[in-house]
Amino acid sequence: MSTLEIKDLHASVETESGPREILQGVTLTVKAGETHAVMGPNGSGKSTLAYVIAGHPKYTVTSGSITLDGNDVLDMSVDERARAGLFLAMQYPVEVPGVSVSNFLRTSVTAVRGEAPKLRLWVKEMKAAMEALSIDPSFAERSVNEGFSGGEKKRHEILQLELLKPKIAVLDETDSGLDVDALKIVAEGVNRFQADGTTGTLLITHYTRILRYIHPQFVHVFFDGRIVESGGPELATQLEDEGYERFIKAASPA
Amino acid sequence: MTATPATDHAPRVASRQVADHGVPSGREEEWRFAPLARLAGLHSSGEPLTGAVAVEVTGEGIEVETVGPDDDRVARTLVPTDIVSARALASARDVRIIRVPRESVGVARVTVVGHGEQAGSHIVIEAEPFSTGTVVLEHRGSGALASNVEIRVGDSAKLTVVSVQDWDRDAVHIARHDAVVGRDARLLMGHVTLGGDVVRILPTVSYAAPGGDAELLGLFFAESGQFLEHRVFVDHAIPQCRSFVLYKGALQGEGAHTVWIGDVLVRSGATAIDTYEVNRNLLLTDGARADSVPNLELETGEIVGAGHASATGRFDDEQLFYLRARGIPEDLARVLVVRGFFTDVLTRLGLPDVTAAVMASVDARLGVDLAGTGLEEDDD
Ligand SMILES: Nc1ncnc2c1ncn2[C@@H]1O[C@H](COP(=O)(O)OP(=O)(O)O)[C@@H](O)[C@H]1O
Ligand SMILES: [Mg+2]
Repeated sequence: MSTLEIKDLHASVETESGPREILQGVTLTVKAGETHAVMGPNGSGKSTLAYVIAGHPKYTVTSGSITLDGNDVLDMSVDERARAGLFLAMQYPVEVPGVSVSNFLRTSVTAVRGEAPKLRLWVKEMKAAMEALSIDPSFAERSVNEGFSGGEKKRHEILQLELLKPKIAVLDETDSGLDVDALKIVAEGVNRFQADGTTGTLLITHYTRILRYIHPQFVHVFFDGRIVESGGPELATQLEDEGYERFIKAASPA
Repeated sequence: MTATPATDHAPRVASRQVADHGVPSGREEEWRFAPLARLAGLHSSGEPLTGAVAVEVTGEGIEVETVGPDDDRVARTLVPTDIVSARALASARDVRIIRVPRESVGVARVTVVGHGEQAGSHIVIEAEPFSTGTVVLEHRGSGALASNVEIRVGDSAKLTVVSVQDWDRDAVHIARHDAVVGRDARLLMGHVTLGGDVVRILPTVSYAAPGGDAELLGLFFAESGQFLEHRVFVDHAIPQCRSFVLYKGALQGEGAHTVWIGDVLVRSGATAIDTYEVNRNLLLTDGARADSVPNLELETGEIVGAGHASATGRFDDEQLFYLRARGIPEDLARVLVVRGFFTDVLTRLGLPDVTAAVMASVDARLGVDLAGTGLEEDDD
């Protein structure tokens, strides 16, 4: 059973006026079988947290730790983290011109599983996974994320989630830019991934609407680079009714 | 001797006679990037090139003749305008004329293999009206070669000519590829330049009648110390023709140097034409240099469209991050990005064996063995 443990994490980004600290002491544990929602206003540092977990070179961890099943994640390269079982569905998936979705997926699955899947089985597996997410088969031959609509990009991220079956998934605003139908399809994908209780999900979102389809056991309010309150699903309801105001006021020095 | 205007409108000497052409000093526009000291003297005298290259033509649905340089079908489309092309013609022992007969389909493969000698060669490729032809020229080995390829695309013919420069690392190659496109005809001319110490390719396209369509595609990969130049000239003098030019280059290593010049001239009578040219270069390391000069000159505004674009950039960190965040190791991620960078050119060329050769070369140059990576689908 996997555990992602984040302890007092501080991280900064290099700006024109010097380093700027964005994460200011994040502590959070996500275990297999758990779904955590991290909710916070724009600019609070949610994507930064996601990127730092995945190892984006733009951010520097200044203190704190991240471990996956006791192994030091911060010591691993970006691709090592993915092979160790971490996955980040990006808020803004990157276009990779000229690299077909099918080549990309197969290379990625081979790297993560440690061996190339048998071609015939692989084609079946990919087709089934695409169908489950209502992705047209022609996507396999298109360049990764190039010319995809916002919704298509998000479905493509969840397709990777389902094929790579990580231990812990971080989903950064996977719900944004989706219409109701696409939102349901994506949520079903996440629920399939989470269904057998062997994986954990950290769902980052700005809005509560995805929580109608994905039900986290834990909800965290994120503000100013850290978690300012944690609770159960009732916290999301409260956020839905009251907005972030109360938490922002509580977190800001008077 | 006749005078034809160059893009800079200076009269340029067009003559078969070597003696009519001067030795370049290096200050001329056409020579300004070329490392003259590394050209094995191909440009520096009018003496015949006495060595040879082995030229072999195979194919189906084509007719091949071997004639002398004085044959009246030779140097009609391509009349030498510089000392190197004049020397190539004068030194060519056996000029091959490759013809795709009228209303038929032909495929030819021309292999040109150098054995360390200095040589000249001249090849004529003719697609007769209503024919469809594909000619792949493949250059291998070493030596110094001055070569001419003259291409005639007959009315309503479709012709693909792709020249692959896969020379040994020490070879020198200067080539002029001149094509004339007939009425409603379509030419796809491709240049794939991977090997050699110095390679300069100078393609020129002009049109004989309205409705001509020319696509010039190029792909090059320069490593440390290599100089690879592609200097394109599209001469629009005829109404209702189209040109599309796309060259992509990758560079890695200290002193890798590529040059792309895209001269497109739309003369006053060339109304309702459509032209677009683009060059993109990917710098894989520091210390490499890509010169890129698009030059679009319009003498008439009554056209459908005209545009150009040029960009030279480094590896996109976000692309690499995205691939690596999916478990793909960094070196393999780089291969994917470079392969992807070349994909549109290769898709347009539409020749699977050329694609395979380029991909293999990219993999080797980036030092990655793809066995077992899932990228090569050969495991079943
Ligand atoms: N590369 C960067 N350079 C400068 N500032 C950045 C950079 N990345 C993020 N930030 C800043 O950090 C803060 C948090 O950003 P982000 O993590 O994207 O927030 P969220 O995802 O919650 O909207 C914002 O104020 C943003 O402007
Ligand atoms: Mg964000």
